[in-house]
Amino acid sequence: MSSQAISPEDEYLGEHHVYEPHRAGLPKMRPYFRELWRRKAFAFELSHTEMHAANTDTFFGQAWLVINPLLLASVYFVLVEIIGGKSQPPTFFAHLTSGIFLFYFVSGSMLSGASSVVSGGRLIMNTSFPKMLLPISATYTAFRRFLPTLAVYAVLHVLAGLPIGPHLLWVPVVLLEASCFALGLAMLFATMQVYFRDAKSFLPYGVRIWLYLTPVLWFADKAPKRLLPILPLNPLYGIMGSWSQVLIEGHQPSKYLLALGAAWSLGTLLAGGLYFMSREREFAVRI
Amino acid sequence: MAALPEPHGRPAISVRDLDITYRVSLEARPTLKGAIVRLGRPHKSIRVVEAVKDVSFDVPKGMVMGVIGANGAGKSTLMRAVAGILPPSKGKIEIHGRVSTLLALGVGFNGALTGRENVVLGSLAAGLSRAEIEHKYEEIADFAELGDFMDMPMRTYSSGMYSRLAFSVAVNMDPDILLIDEAMSAGDAKFREKASHRMSDLADNAGTMLLVSHALGTIKDMCSEAIWLHKGALIQRGDPDEIVAAYTKFLKVGETALTMEDV
Repeated sequence: MSSQAISPEDEYLGEHHVYEPHRAGLPKMRPYFRELWRRKAFAFELSHTEMHAANTDTFFGQAWLVINPLLLASVYFVLVEIIGGKSQPPTFFAHLTSGIFLFYFVSGSMLSGASSVVSGGRLIMNTSFPKMLLPISATYTAFRRFLPTLAVYAVLHVLAGLPIGPHLLWVPVVLLEASCFALGLAMLFATMQVYFRDAKSFLPYGVRIWLYLTPVLWFADKAPKRLLPILPLNPLYGIMGSWSQVLIEGHQPSKYLLALGAAWSLGTLLAGGLYFMSREREFAVRI
Repeated sequence: MAALPEPHGRPAISVRDLDITYRVSLEARPTLKGAIVRLGRPHKSIRVVEAVKDVSFDVPKGMVMGVIGANGAGKSTLMRAVAGILPPSKGKIEIHGRVSTLLALGVGFNGALTGRENVVLGSLAAGLSRAEIEHKYEEIADFAELGDFMDMPMRTYSSGMYSRLAFSVAVNMDPDILLIDEAMSAGDAKFREKASHRMSDLADNAGTMLLVSHALGTIKDMCSEAIWLHKGALIQRGDPDEIVAAYTKFLKVGETALTMEDV
């Protein structure tokens, strides 16, 4: 490449660098995101390579991604339906499965995001690149692991005779909310993991409790009245509520739940992103 | 400090009033449990390191510049700053040209992945396009002479193979500027000769190099100028023979001479 004349593009893209102190701990946004965009292939390739290394791209690897949460859904179904005693509406199993699948996408992104920076240590210490690509790649991996479960849900959806119609166009909207939220969490915990290497070992407990507090094992509108004021404090309340309304109840999500989900996901994305970027400089000396 | 005539009249690397401080944790493995258990006890677990202090220098295009200094002088930190890995705390670094790095602390490889996957990922992170990588991959693999090992996980590599691949990646990126930190001991005698040939080729083709080494002979042979860092400060810059002589003398005399000069 050095033999080529410096085109205006090269001038922008990596032939001329100026490194200056970060203002208020943050790198300059425009070049940062320009570089991020330019190197997006790295995030995809990393995800692809990791899935290949974990054999997730084989048939049985894909099958395992489905079997695991499906078994979990069955366990909870037995737990709620039989031990809980109360008879649930016939759509309950579909609701439970769709909820668990989406919940595992978010928590999976959080868990693999948490280790994304720490495990990228060598690369971080030797290459200058926007480290945000690492949690982005983790979220992308979690999403790809979620896709086969979505296909399985589609089968359940049809088997359960749930409505199919234009309201399903809201599915991508809710998924977008969930993805932004998942990425925000991935960045938040990726940064925390650098400072507290045991943070990840506390996460599974948090995830389990969080699952019970989220309208997955129960329906959002069946929540006890006295809990209503505090439910919106659960970031997944809006997203999961909308998810269930679209898929199970078969209508467009209520404006309130949709807005609540959007607020939580954008807020988390922004907070996670800023926290990550403000600490990014230290990664190279802290890992 | 302009030394050699340059085509664009601007240095390849320009470092101005560079300060680099960072915080390090004194714990081997910082944990939440540790932080909670420690609560209420006046115990400092963070230390601020002033690794580089008020350093300014230029490296004109095509020059091979050596960096010498004792352990902890800030050489590696300086290299990381020039590579853009560790942004400055104060001052400014300006780079004109495509940079490739070969830094000592790990080479940016993940042991669970194959050599090929590591090369592709590392190059993508460094900002190369897939087409460029495809174009360079054969060259890299050929130069490293790893054969079938390219498709094996890197944890199966010997340390020599590891450094051969690292060296091969760094020099085959067609860099305008090559930053090398203590990585000249790559591989066996044969590969070392090949490596040093390649370095000379790069230097002859007006490649700019910043070379950190404790092998003072290498500095004298390869560099046309050298700087000497001590405890983060730039002590002296000039002809490599002179700098190496001054540095060797300092190592023998000990610290007192320097502290006196410093005041």
